[in-house]
Parts: sequence; structure tokens; C-alpha cells
Amino acid sequence: MLRRAANFLFRHPRWALGLLLGPPLLWLGVVYLGSLAALLVQSFFHVDEFTGQVVRSFSFATYAQLFTPANLDIFRRTTLMAATVTIAAALLSFPLAYYMARYARGRVRSLLYLGVILPLWSSYIVRVYSWKLILAKEGILSWFFSAAGLGRVLDAVLAIPGIGGPSLSFSTLGRFLVFLYIWLPYMILPIQAALERVPKSLLEASADLGAPPGKTFRKVTLPLALPGVIAGSIFTFSLTLGDFIIPGTIGDSSLFIGQAVLRHQGTAGNVPLAAAMTVVPMLIMAAYLAWARRLGAFDAL
Amino acid sequence: MLSSARSKSGAGERAPLGLKLAALGAILFLHLPLLVVFLYAFTTDEATLSFPPPGLTLRWFSVAWERADLWQAFSLSLRVAAVSTAVAVVLGTLAALAVVRGRFAGREMVTLLVILPIALPGIVTGIALRSGLALTGLPFSFWTIVAGHGTFCIVTVYNNVAARLRRTGRSQIEASMDLGADTFQTFRRIVLPSLATALLAGGMLAFSLSFDEVIVTTFTAGQQRTLPIWILDQLTRPRDRPVTNVTALFVIAVTTLPILLAHRLSGGGGREER
Repeated sequence: MLRRAANFLFRHPRWALGLLLGPPLLWLGVVYLGSLAALLVQSFFHVDEFTGQVVRSFSFATYAQLFTPANLDIFRRTTLMAATVTIAAALLSFPLAYYMARYARGRVRSLLYLGVILPLWSSYIVRVYSWKLILAKEGILSWFFSAAGLGRVLDAVLAIPGIGGPSLSFSTLGRFLVFLYIWLPYMILPIQAALERVPKSLLEASADLGAPPGKTFRKVTLPLALPGVIAGSIFTFSLTLGDFIIPGTIGDSSLFIGQAVLRHQGTAGNVPLAAAMTVVPMLIMAAYLAWARRLGAFDAL
Repeated sequence: MLSSARSKSGAGERAPLGLKLAALGAILFLHLPLLVVFLYAFTTDEATLSFPPPGLTLRWFSVAWERADLWQAFSLSLRVAAVSTAVAVVLGTLAALAVVRGRFAGREMVTLLVILPIALPGIVTGIALRSGLALTGLPFSFWTIVAGHGTFCIVTVYNNVAARLRRTGRSQIEASMDLGADTFQTFRRIVLPSLATALLAGGMLAFSLSFDEVIVTTFTAGQQRTLPIWILDQLTRPRDRPVTNVTALFVIAVTTLPILLAHRLSGGGGREER
């Protein structure tokens, strides 16, 4: 019986393929794509103002609600943070990625790689929590600043409007640091991968043709690493846009997109508005991806 | 000519000091915060987060041990991670076999579909699943959590298995078939053994990913509390600081060990993980 089935599958590769693809496609198609479709459908429903009930009919009423000044403020704030975090992550990642790709060998290389993937895969919530400890008013950073005699510097930074706050834990600066910390590995790995693919012969050619190391770096290495930076930025940007744990834990009471979504679908009970709000980061990401494609980042990937 | 000689030397070349320091700085930035969690698990300070700790104690470990709510959360997380990993191993392997060995249009679409749940922000996956549940009227349960976790865990197994399949040639499979083994026998005797460590590595990553996932879980768990949700509650309404510190340390251990193991299994150079 089993033998006959095996023979049948061998002679009919289409059936074999169907059996292989069926279960994963069924799961991802029904559970995941089905849910995404449900999300989209819900965003076109709206909540009746008087009854508070969800009205299941097609309208743009919910999308119109997105354009209140408060909501636009949320989108602007979140996007600005995502952009800042992305740029900072690229700057901070590059030296490490460059070192890993060009200089690290053997054991050091393996250790560094592990040092990057460990925080990428593990303990997201604990890593956020660790910054609650670090940034607290009586925590290690404040202690460090005052021990180094720099207490005034910290106070001055915290006094800057828009960045500061009563303590690091309740400041936008603190929020930024945690975002940077959490998403950094997602930037390091693609840059490192891109740098590893830069052929040594190109660097040698550039040097042989008389370019000093700095110029070779700017004219050869950096352009070839750019696709890696873009790939990393897609992660850091998208993950920052959609996170609600970090802004809910660190920083002032100003909302990010994720928090607003959580609030609308939870306490406010306005699932359509939550759904419509989730479409916003997806649209921002789509625009971002289109921009990245125009830069030619995908050709090189 | 001098500069050309220097940059030519390649592998033997020494990194500039500034580059080394910057790289070291980034690595320290990634890891020092976890040391802080380690330290705070032993502090005698109950109410605040003061540094340096006024004293060190092992007391909180035994306090945490006695907590029934922690054990419940841990058990739920463990069961969710185990079942989600099983789902991911089966579905991820099937998808990888189809994409790498099969020939059909739309292979890139399958890859994209597998990656999408982890590439899109967690909140999209989370609220999408929530909307799906709302529309179908299904109640929250253990299985709604697994539905979410299984979805975004598939990619880890898929990546590891696909990378392994690309590296191993077809010659052994062809030899097995030529010698008269059928498709299933070949799968059991040849394909599966060659995939074993890749499956284990992918499964370990899936387990870690599921065990401390919090964003998607927020939307699919209802009133149930996984261990990360328990910690999240403590972040917003801190009641048991010392116990939270111990729990945090515990979560680091539970999620780190499988990743270390996965790293070893996939050959240390780790080209398969992502």
C-alpha cells in the first residue's frame, strides 16, 4: 500500500509537490493571510457613534478618523523615531559589521556572530526590562554620571525639551536608546553579509590604481555595503513602527502607533479604528520599500 | 605602492585600533544590559532599583520558586512553545522541501509568505489574528496562542532546512532510488538523517522565539498569561520587583541555551540561522 503510494508520487511529481506544499500553504493561507484579510475588512467597518456597536458595512468612515491632529501627531512621532533609530543603528552597526566581515577570523568571528544572533533571537521582553533597571532615576546610568562628576551634564540633557524628561526612564532619549538597543542586531547582520560579499579583488584593484584606503572605502566598500544597510533599515524601521512595548515602558506618555492600536482594540473597543491604524505602518513600509527599490537596493541583493 | 601593499595583505591585516574599539563598543552595548539583570536578581533592595545594590542575597530565588502564578505562566509558555515548535518543524520542513526540491512558478511567493509574519511588525500579525478571531467568533484559548506562534516560527525551521537542502546534493537520493528504495524509504533513510541537525537547530530557534514572544501573544491570549506576559504586567504595574528580576534571569537562561545549541548544530559559522 505504502509502496504503491510511493510509486504513484514518484510518477506524479505534481501530486508529491502538492502534498508537500499543501499543509504549509493551508496554514499560512488560512491562519495568516486569512487574518490579514480580516484585518483589512474590519478597517472598512465603523463604530456607530450612538450605540457603540461595530457596523458591518463598507465605508471609509474609519479611515477618515485617522486624520485627526492627534492621530497625525502619533504617525509623525512614530515615523520620526523609526527614522532616527534606523540612522543611529546603521552608524553604530557599521564598524562591528566591517570588523566581522574583514578582520575577524576563526574563534573570534564565531563568538562575534553568536554575540549578535543571541540578542536577535532571545529574550526581547527581558532586554526591554533590563533598560527599566538601567535608566531608572536611582539606576546604574544616573549612578555612573554622578560618580564621574557628570551629574550636571545628565541634568542638562534631561532638561532639553522634546528629548528630556523627569528621568532617563521617562524621556524620549531613553526611549530612543532602548529602540536602538533592541533592533541593533537586525542592522548588523545584513551589513555584515553585504560586506562579506565584497570581492577582495575589487579592493585590491582600487588600491593598485592608486586610491588611498579612505577613498577605496568611500568609493568601493560603502556603495557595495549599501544594500545591506537598506536591508537592515527595513527591519529597524518596520520593527520600530510596530512596537508598543518599548514606548509603553520607557518614555513619556506620548503615544506611538502600536500603543494607539492596542488602546483602540482593547479598552476603547474600536476594532475597526485599530485595524485602519495598523494599515498605516504597512503603507509607510510599502512607500519605504518602493523608495529603496528606486535607489536600486534590491538589484544588488 | 606602499598603500597598495598594505591593503593587499587581506586576512593577515590588522584592524585599525579605532575600528576595534568601535566594534567592541557595539558588542558591549548589546550585552552589558543583560549583566545588569543578572546583578539585580541578587539585590536585597525590595522597593527601588538602586545601584549599586545595598546587599546581595539568594532569597528571591526561593520566593520565586514558591509562586504558583509563575509556575502556571511558565507551564503555559512551555506548552505553547513545544506545540508551536512541532507545528513549525512539520510545516517549515514541508515548505523547504517543496521550494528547494520542487520546480514550480511562485516559489518566491512561498518564501515571502513564510518570511512575512516575522518581517512585518508583530503588531500587524497580532491584530490581524485578533481580527480573524473576532470575525469567526472563536474564543481565546491555548490554540489561539499556538496559531500565532506557529505562524511566525515556521521561518526558523524553513531557513535552516532550506539552507541544508541547498548544500547537500541529490546524488545520495538518486543512489537510494536507483537501488530500489521508494520515496518514503528514501525520505526516512536518507533525507531525514541528513536534515536532522538542521531540524534540531531550526526547532531550537523556534522554541526560543515562541517562549519569549509577547507582542503577538498580547492579542491572542485573552486572559491567559504566558511568562513574558507576566513580565510585561510587571513592567506596567510593578508589584513584585525582586521576583521579576529572578524571572527575567530565568527567561534569559531558557531562551539562550537553545540558541547556543542551535548555533553549535549548524556548524558554528552560523550561515544558516537567518
